[in-house]
Amino acid sequence: MSDTDKPSLQQDPWYQLRRFTRARIALGRVGSSLPTKEVLDFGLSHAMARDAVHLPLDVDALEQSIQALDYQTLRVQSRIPDRASYLLRPDWGRRLHADSLAKLQALPKQPIDFLIVVGDGLSSLAVSRHVEPLLEAMKTYIPTEWNLGSVVIASQARVAIADEVAETLGAKMVAMLIGERPGLSSPDSLGVYLTFNPHVGCSDADRNCISNVRPEGLVYDAAAKKLLWLAKEALRLQVSGVALKDESDAVQIEVEDAPRLK
Amino acid sequence: MRNQDLILVAKKCHVITAFRNTIGLPGHLSVRLQPNHPTDDPRGIAASMLDGLLYGSGDAVIGINPATDSIPALMDLYYLVDEVINQYEIPTQSCILTHVTNQIQLIEKGAPLDLVFQSIAGTEKANKSFGIDLAMLREAQSAALSLNRGTVKNESGGNNVMYFETGQGSVLSANANFGVDQQTCEARAYAIARHLSPLLTNTVVGFIGPEYLYDGKQIIRAGLEDHFCGKLLGVPLGCDVCYTNHAEADQDDMDTLMTLLATAGLTFIMGIPGADDIMLNYQTTSFHDALYLRKVLGLKPAPEFEQWLKKMQIMDEHGVVRAVTGQHHMLQNMPKHLLVAK
Repeated sequence: MSDTDKPSLQQDPWYQLRRFTRARIALGRVGSSLPTKEVLDFGLSHAMARDAVHLPLDVDALEQSIQALDYQTLRVQSRIPDRASYLLRPDWGRRLHADSLAKLQALPKQPIDFLIVVGDGLSSLAVSRHVEPLLEAMKTYIPTEWNLGSVVIASQARVAIADEVAETLGAKMVAMLIGERPGLSSPDSLGVYLTFNPHVGCSDADRNCISNVRPEGLVYDAAAKKLLWLAKEALRLQVSGVALKDESDAVQIEVEDAPRLK
Repeated sequence: MRNQDLILVAKKCHVITAFRNTIGLPGHLSVRLQPNHPTDDPRGIAASMLDGLLYGSGDAVIGINPATDSIPALMDLYYLVDEVINQYEIPTQSCILTHVTNQIQLIEKGAPLDLVFQSIAGTEKANKSFGIDLAMLREAQSAALSLNRGTVKNESGGNNVMYFETGQGSVLSANANFGVDQQTCEARAYAIARHLSPLLTNTVVGFIGPEYLYDGKQIIRAGLEDHFCGKLLGVPLGCDVCYTNHAEADQDDMDTLMTLLATAGLTFIMGIPGADDIMLNYQTTSFHDALYLRKVLGLKPAPEFEQWLKKMQIMDEHGVVRAVTGQHHMLQNMPKHLLVAK
């Protein structure tokens, strides 16, 4: 093999486009394969994302930060005994532990318009970083006449555990704030799921989802605004999920355009 | 059946479909270019699209998973991809992977929609949990056909306008399997797909997580089963060879599965920059992976797309990717508004 036949690192001249995305573009190639540096970088990111899945949520710290925003709090547990079971038995993660169910049932009944549940999900990092600022942003948009009850913090939780919590507490609507599965470039994405008339047995088609809430994704204020737009529409139409279309951006455009038309 | 049987049988089944190019010819492997961005930033999406096209990917479809469900924002995405396809006269098709009811609305509002996407599953109850039924899919199909945007005819003289995604475990996770195993439920989903003559059907094999497919070994087996079942049922089956960070799998498992599936005559794989989907948060296959498979197994892109790659100086006459300089036509002629920093 002569020197000229040897594959060498071929760089991609569109490297500058990386400022528009965190996607792994313009990696270059050796022959048609990845450069060694990129293979190693990918391995490191994968190891970090794997760690995020197993990091337990610091519930005490979270509860204090939520209380500091003048929200009342409650803690519950799913039927999951440990993290390994969490990964293997999503059905257990969707249901309340008997003790937690009894605890909620024992509370004095009050009508709740909009219940907020926080669940660790697959990334406690997302919850510990983004729940407090999101709740703070939501305060601006939640109508003062709505009764929220307490913010319920659920451990080893899947999305649907919010249905059982909300049904037990008699809430009209529930917003579940939960850690999404960690990505290679984003170990801390928070997801929000809104369900009207929540009850055990609701399916994903009954929910509206806002994903990737974090400073590098959907910023707190935009997420809060979208969530409360959806919640008000859900209340007006008495439905959530695929029947409730998110046109919050159109509303915003109309409002912003209005003065210019005058 | 052992893995080799699943490969041997599937290899004998050819399913050929057409829209703006011809998908599924023997000896060809297509790629879905998936330029996702966590906030649907048009410049971010355009950057990933360009990256993929310059690596020879994108003949199956340029398909975006949007972060948004908002109708006006989705409309913008249709115009974005359509503009890129028109600007460079690329013989491929676009798809925005939002709920079918959104796509029907968007067609009514005049969106330049090529393919209708929908996730489907193998029982009526699971499909209901996706918010769909067969009548809805048929309505969407005829709406897309009425736009008449395809330019290449299939063997029956028409276009294939549907893009479906499936995956073992979806029925079980919707608690809608009635005691039936995952693989049978998955095969039933292909029976639905076949009924609607899709251009592409994609089993997203490792996306669902470890509670359904625990590790690399299970993901590999499921991928081979799905491809076998799909091809036997006459469905143009591709595979999102993938895993999540909570599963016991890594990129070596992906190498194994993609090599096995391409050997079995897989219709298409995913192409994502560096195999890292920054919107859906999982790992899949990359533009580099597609080049690897084409090189090691002698596979080609869809013929119309291959001609375009050669015309654009992205591929040489031997099918090898060429070195691209900053003066390349595609870099010089990118829609400018996409590339100017705000």
